[in-house]
Amino acid sequence: MHPETVHITSYRTHLWILITLLALTFVTITVTWIDLSALTVLVALVIASVKAYLVLTNFMHLKFESSLFRVFIGMVLAIYVLVILFTLSDYLFR
Amino acid sequence: MTEQKRHQPEPSYLVDTGKYKGLMAWLTSTDHKRIGLMYMYAMMVFFSVGGLLGVLMRIELFYPGQQFYGPQVYNGLFTIHGIIMIFTVVIPGLAAVFGNFSMPIMIGAKDVAFPRLNLFSFYLYVLGAIIALSSQFMGNGPPDTGWTFYAPYSIQTHTNVVAAVFGAFVLGFSSILTGLNFIVTMHRMRAPGMTFFKMPLFPWSLYATAWIQVLATPIVGITLLMIIAERWFRIGFFDPSLGGDPVLYQHLFWIYSHPAVYIMILPAMGVITEIIPVFAQKRIFGYKAIAISSMAIALVGYFVWAHHMYTSGMSTTARWVFSLLTFLVAVPSAIKVFNWVATMYKGSISVKPPFLFALGFIFLFMIGGMTGLSLGALATNIHVHDTAYVVAHFHYIVFGGVGFAFFAAVYYWYPKMFGRMYNFKMANWSFVFLFTGFNLLYFPQFIIGIMGMPRRYFDYLPQFTLGQQISFFGAILLAIGFIIMLITLFSKKGAKAPDNPWGGTTFEWRIPSPPPLENFEVMPEMGLNEGPYDYK
Repeated sequence: MHPETVHITSYRTHLWILITLLALTFVTITVTWIDLSALTVLVALVIASVKAYLVLTNFMHLKFESSLFRVFIGMVLAIYVLVILFTLSDYLFR
Repeated sequence: MTEQKRHQPEPSYLVDTGKYKGLMAWLTSTDHKRIGLMYMYAMMVFFSVGGLLGVLMRIELFYPGQQFYGPQVYNGLFTIHGIIMIFTVVIPGLAAVFGNFSMPIMIGAKDVAFPRLNLFSFYLYVLGAIIALSSQFMGNGPPDTGWTFYAPYSIQTHTNVVAAVFGAFVLGFSSILTGLNFIVTMHRMRAPGMTFFKMPLFPWSLYATAWIQVLATPIVGITLLMIIAERWFRIGFFDPSLGGDPVLYQHLFWIYSHPAVYIMILPAMGVITEIIPVFAQKRIFGYKAIAISSMAIALVGYFVWAHHMYTSGMSTTARWVFSLLTFLVAVPSAIKVFNWVATMYKGSISVKPPFLFALGFIFLFMIGGMTGLSLGALATNIHVHDTAYVVAHFHYIVFGGVGFAFFAAVYYWYPKMFGRMYNFKMANWSFVFLFTGFNLLYFPQFIIGIMGMPRRYFDYLPQFTLGQQISFFGAILLAIGFIIMLITLFSKKGAKAPDNPWGGTTFEWRIPSPPPLENFEVMPEMGLNEGPYDYK
């Protein structure tokens, strides 16, 4: 972001994101009551990823930043996905 | 100001020009060069303490059976030896000292991007080290888990694990902040004309390292906090008796701690890549291959962690996946070694102390690397897992690699740091003692390891006695070599160093020795056809 550029997001948008994050937190907790067996971790990770996406794009202003930042964050996410996949190569094949 | 005064040279960074004088001027300085030196002094103290603990272990191992201390004290000795050496010396190591001192100058910057954050990193480092060391003197005695804090033992032991773990957690924060600072510095503060592929290769290695610091360290941070949470609140992450999974701890711990080996070794490789073209007076062979191999090591090195866990009970699928990846990571490392040798080929070689240590690095790193491949192979690993063979391999990489590169870097940049030369003859003798002592200390560990000597045992069977005794004498030679090095560097002032004593071409050799506070009186630029290693 350019130093002199200011991006103002409306309170209304912030409020909706807050409500969505709280709702997803509620889903994260309630979903543990359902037996999803092998999918438990996947569901938790998907919900957490959606929450992280909302925070990064809106609260951390990633949607206003240059594409370089998006590329870096995409690479970081790709690394974490690979770390989880390689870890699952142990847990799913024991 | 008169015209004459305006052209007086800037005072060096060693002169106190700010509000404070003496020690306070150093402790409050945000100058990257002073912070680098403060890291260096701190590390030399920690290295001496860690080395002394190593000698104490070797004294106990001189004969089989109990000599001076029992198993509990011995367990404490190797644990704190590991914690000091890993977390306070080799992980911050070259990046904190020479990354701080040299990198901003090498890319043509006045300082790092966030100088205050840099000083804060240093204080976090000191705080983390104090907390980790305090674990020796508080609570129920020194931790006895080894530096790996493996669960469930680290949950169950009554020794002072929490302080050691929390110290490592704080040290991790220091590492993350340094990495972040370096990434931003290299992206935003390079001299005009210096594109990424014109940047010297030591900064390149720091760039790769910094990404690992930023991405991998938080994982060990949260893992260490989970240990504390489990000890205090009996949550059950890792302890099977509480419903936890001890193998999960090993996964989380090694997801950081294996990339941490590359945090240690990448800057070491970067230093060697700087030294070899200077002392061969020849352009580096395969510049882009070396730069890209640094990034490749950082990336692939992220996915090899479970080769530490072949005997942990993880799945067969995971074992062959990680074995394959381990063999892949050897490729970019080998590219570097090939390029160093190719750079020396037909070069105008001048055998000065930094070059000697660089050669020592290549020799020892090759032994460490090749034995790493035998450990990465599944069948061999099962045989030598947790034996002295692993101790030898690890020390060949971390001490033979990082340690010798650190010594090479000290001898290489010392004239720039202090504006003084040192006695080459003494420096060469320090190399002879360090190199001979190192090999005498660790090579026998390969042999007795294959014969079946387990690591972390204070006692052993009689057939390992000769190997252990040769190692003891190696340790003494090594200690003598280190003392000679300290005397060479710090006992008396050498002759005044010229600005460019080695004939280097990177930016740090174009400014006075020692450098002025803001490094450059006129900001440097890199020409269109200019490169970092243009030798005639």
